[in-house]
Amino acid sequence: MTTLPNIDSAAGEAALDRELKGLIADVLGLDLAQAESFGPDTGLFGHLPELDSMAVAGLLTEMEDRLGIVIEDDDVDGEMLETYGGLLAFARAKLDPR
Amino acid sequence: MISTWNIPASDGGLPGEELLVSFDRGRQSRLLICPGWFDEANKLRRFTLEVMRRLDRVGIDTLLPDLPGCNESTAPLENQTLEGWRAGMVSAADLLGATHVLAIRAGALVVPSALPGWHYAAQSGPKLLRGMIRARIIASREAGIAETSKELIARGKDAGLVLAGWPIGPALFRAMETAEPALAPGQSDIAQSALGGTGLWLRAEPDEDAGQADHLAALVAKKIAETAQ
Repeated sequence: MTTLPNIDSAAGEAALDRELKGLIADVLGLDLAQAESFGPDTGLFGHLPELDSMAVAGLLTEMEDRLGIVIEDDDVDGEMLETYGGLLAFARAKLDPR
Repeated sequence: MISTWNIPASDGGLPGEELLVSFDRGRQSRLLICPGWFDEANKLRRFTLEVMRRLDRVGIDTLLPDLPGCNESTAPLENQTLEGWRAGMVSAADLLGATHVLAIRAGALVVPSALPGWHYAAQSGPKLLRGMIRARIIASREAGIAETSKELIARGKDAGLVLAGWPIGPALFRAMETAEPALAPGQSDIAQSALGGTGLWLRAEPDEDAGQADHLAALVAKKIAETAQ
């Protein structure tokens, strides 16, 4: 598991962004440079044909391992999976549930 | 290179015939491969064969038997059990004269304990099951059907469950809930980090990575050479 710095800080936010992009790059078989171009509105589940339910399940399990979070059934909804911004916001909220 | 092997029937009936992919030139070191399971088996199939090709080039025989219910098998997957698969791998090791074993991911759950060898990125039963149940929940939700892991687990234990397209019978489902890879004497782990890059089972689609295949084959070849001394 990668230890992320305090996500209140800009450095922490950047680290989370990098970690999440790296993870999606691993799942999609992209270079990190290609994943760097992901923006908040970049479409994920439902937009990329190769990102099927099994791939998304693998992505979520890997997120749990790398970020040290637990994702419940109820957490998983269309909104969090649809865009990169939705997934990032979800990860941020999980890491800092205040 | 592509042939079959005969798996003895557990009830004393006629043996079953299953596919065997091998690089068998009757050499001294013969590595049995216990492949990954289900979706991971497909994602890692090419990688597995690439590792076998590299080992062939350095003088090591490799044997990749299908278990009943997998790949081209005519046996129904929903009838398979963890004990049956374990016994199947022990039979394969004996019949094929394996000297070492390499388990890949959940293959570590059925590795014969009598052989020295390695567990590459071993996967536990509960983790594998959790990922497959999650995939089913996501797919169902897309189709407008609400399912929870709690009710799916209850159903799986009772009557079996189709997860990501694989019909898993109740006995295998229950066994997977607690199955953990165990290193027998002479066996050790090879972590994904030793190969460089991330595991190919994570990829959305089957892929290959020559560098990772090089690393795993080199590690196994080196360790086999060490055990031969």
